[in-house]
Amino acid sequence: MTKQIIIPFGPQHPVLPEPIHLDLVLEDERVVDVIPSIGYIHRGFEKLVEKREFTEYVYIAERTCGICSFIHGMTYCQGIEKIMNIEVPERAVFLRTVWSEYSRMHSHLLWLGLFADSFGFENLFMNAWRIRERVLDVMEQTTGGRVIQGACKIGGVRRDISGEKLDEMKKGLDGIEKEIEGLTTVFLRDDSVRHRTKDVGVLSKEDAYHLGAVGPTARASGVDIDLRKTGYAAYGKLKLETITESGGDCYARCVVRSRELFTSMDIIRQAIGKIPEGPIDVKVTGTPNGEYFTRAEQPRGELVHYIKGNGTKFLVRSRIRTPTLTNIPPLIRMLQGCELADVPVIVLSIDPCISCTER
Amino acid sequence: MTTQEQTIIPIEVGKLFGGVEQFRNEGYRLVQIGCTKVGDVFEINYSFDKDFVFKNLRITVTAETEVPSISGMYWGAFVYENEMHDLFGIQVRGMNIDFKGTFIRTAIQHPFGVSISKGEKP
Repeated sequence: MTKQIIIPFGPQHPVLPEPIHLDLVLEDERVVDVIPSIGYIHRGFEKLVEKREFTEYVYIAERTCGICSFIHGMTYCQGIEKIMNIEVPERAVFLRTVWSEYSRMHSHLLWLGLFADSFGFENLFMNAWRIRERVLDVMEQTTGGRVIQGACKIGGVRRDISGEKLDEMKKGLDGIEKEIEGLTTVFLRDDSVRHRTKDVGVLSKEDAYHLGAVGPTARASGVDIDLRKTGYAAYGKLKLETITESGGDCYARCVVRSRELFTSMDIIRQAIGKIPEGPIDVKVTGTPNGEYFTRAEQPRGELVHYIKGNGTKFLVRSRIRTPTLTNIPPLIRMLQGCELADVPVIVLSIDPCISCTER
Repeated sequence: MTTQEQTIIPIEVGKLFGGVEQFRNEGYRLVQIGCTKVGDVFEINYSFDKDFVFKNLRITVTAETEVPSISGMYWGAFVYENEMHDLFGIQVRGMNIDFKGTFIRTAIQHPFGVSISKGEKP
């Protein structure tokens, strides 16, 4: 029998922006098993519902993640609005959709950069992040914040975008699209990228579904789960193409995220074209009494906020199930049988967000 | 406002295994397991989804109740089960990967199992 050794991977590692620890059980250079550990930076955000009023908690919800902060805030607001039967004005719903898709773009571009960095393609990493700056600029110009936007509130949004600015954003997308085309061509056609990602970290369709994979991790294995199809926000009024691949490897996950950048731009263009005039918020009175599971599609996959109120200004519970938490079991399956040298690329391929996981 | 239809089915702890097995056999995926402290008891929601049909099984337990693990049917359930053990102190029997309280490292034991009033430090 081959001798087994255990190599610790993380919590500090050059490819990990945030701490997660994996005990890799190896036979020679091959990983045969993996034991994950999280909890290095758990912040106990959910406990703050007992100390912050439900209206203030929007800010807490947004700070769950530094990448998909807007969608966290929006999902929380959707849950409260459902419990309190608040009808959000159409214009606000469209604005939420536009900002959600810009969030997805900047998240995917961030991931493409980190992914390139994981296999040592530094130039590609810098190029992805250079384009991402243009997306962040739009977020900053329209909400006032690059990463934490603070634009969403219960009953609508805090800021409007003028018609002039919307036209400018639409034109700006043409330039961004051209640059993304060039960038993704390298990711999808360059031999050195394919060599490091093709047939690496394969996750079958059955495993992806039964182990709970979500987002691009699931879609790259052929599991067509995209919560935007449920029609929340303005998605029900827009045409949405879900991107799926069948390879289930790191390359397929890269393909899905690359192509989703174009889907996001298409959705933004549609939303800008259809956005109605009108108010951006409604007055909210009363307190939430009831419970609701609200779900949305984050860049990393399905996000669930469970909210329970008892009629007071403090909620009984806010439970946030983030995509990375549910993508950990599929990650273990991907790593079983891989080469040690491929571990960083495979770990990065699920786009792990540990701050989300450690909410 | 778009409503995502959802069902919550309260069941007894003893019938949890059979209920989960039925969802598994019908092809539902496990979305999450979440715990909520309501007074002196804990509500545990097991959420499932199939083609955007969202259903929940709910058990209500006390801190002393031993809850059976469903990780034999849904392998990935261990992340949620270890989480509710570490944060709420729920005893889960038969997890496929049992971290024995070290999955989430907290400064105080089972922080979500106690209530905190405004102004009080956790």
